[in-house]
Amino acid sequence: MNLNATWAKAWIRSSAQVMSEHRVELIDLDREIGDGDHGENMDRGFQAVLHKLDDLPPEAGPGDVFKFVATTLISTVGGAAGPLYGTAFLKGAVAISGTIELDGPALVAFLRAARDGIVLRGKAESGDKTMVDAWTPAVDAAEAALAGGADDRAILSAAADAAEAGALATEPLIARKGRASYLGERAIGHRDPGAQSSALLLRAAAATATTA
Amino acid sequence: MIAEGLVDLARQMAPHARMIAAGGTDDGQIGTSFAKVVGGIEQADLGEGVVLLCDLGSAILTSETALDFLDDDVRSRVRIVDAPLVEGGVAAAVAAEVGGDLESVVRAARSAAGAEPAPSTNAAESPPPSLVTRTVTLVNKDGLHARPAADFAKLASTFTARVTVNGKDASSLLAVMSLGLTRGMTAQISSADPDGAAAVAALGDLLESGFGEE
Repeated sequence: MNLNATWAKAWIRSSAQVMSEHRVELIDLDREIGDGDHGENMDRGFQAVLHKLDDLPPEAGPGDVFKFVATTLISTVGGAAGPLYGTAFLKGAVAISGTIELDGPALVAFLRAARDGIVLRGKAESGDKTMVDAWTPAVDAAEAALAGGADDRAILSAAADAAEAGALATEPLIARKGRASYLGERAIGHRDPGAQSSALLLRAAAATATTA
Repeated sequence: MIAEGLVDLARQMAPHARMIAAGGTDDGQIGTSFAKVVGGIEQADLGEGVVLLCDLGSAILTSETALDFLDDDVRSRVRIVDAPLVEGGVAAAVAAEVGGDLESVVRAARSAAGAEPAPSTNAAESPPPSLVTRTVTLVNKDGLHARPAADFAKLASTFTARVTVNGKDASSLLAVMSLGLTRGMTAQISSADPDGAAAVAALGDLLESGFGEE
């Protein structure tokens, strides 16, 4: 599938399904080191997006889709994840504003802007045991894939692989941002729920792109 | 809700200041609502500016995100102030009550973060000689607790002359409260300003009146 508005909507529909399927997993991860609402919040937010996705005008480009996703997630996810994911989609949307179909460089620009938005909003750095630990490896992998001549699908796959590895790599870390940071060493051994939901989201993006 | 309680409290000292509580989620649970924060900014904004106080975590993230979504001209007059919510909120409310502009309300809120609110640090290092001084003894039961202190700071703000009480800025609510003046203690009201006599007299009279309390 080419990375146009149809893909953008398919990605978001797939994400809504994935968040619903992984709701309990994310709740459990968040219960270990947070307040246990991440799965509930993500599911609620993406369901709200899903219900209104068809209201978008037919001429909406992928940037318009992501802008709509941003505002809906910010208003419905709540907690810290709402502003963080909302900012990610908003900054990503601005980076590809007016583009009808994302090519490799536009895709990487979208991912990088989304990551930068999360960093700007959450002020977290790599290794703080946050969403950034999924997003930064994903952006690095996407950039490397683009430089290596990969097509858009391969770029997304590389990003999703790196995000999953990054989420897994949060397990031994001590959290330095968010509620988990109050736990000190007790956060060790638990995967960061935000990094996990980020990896799920990027995997859905890659999976949607490879379907016909 | 914390935000509503704070507004109730601050309104006792600043009945006319425009304050909007934007705490809690859309369904009234503990948390933060983007819509409430954006709506609160719109309601509070009369064109002079808005000071946004928030406590922790998602409240700060949501407020900062809300700013991103505002029009440039509105955003330019909204300030998020990192200060203790209750102390900063009350101090900001009193500063707004006496007609302070955006920056003076911001300064009042910040004064709650522990920074000395004195506008000029040089003056604090070498205080100018006081031209007018009056020493009064507090007569009301609880001394300069929050509400009398607010009345006192508001009255001090109505004068252009700079007045101090025991060396602290008399127009700063938190500075006055930090003195911890209770019944029987003395307050020295001073001004180094040639026009300060009326202010010192009025503030002294207010303290001696006992604020209508026992």
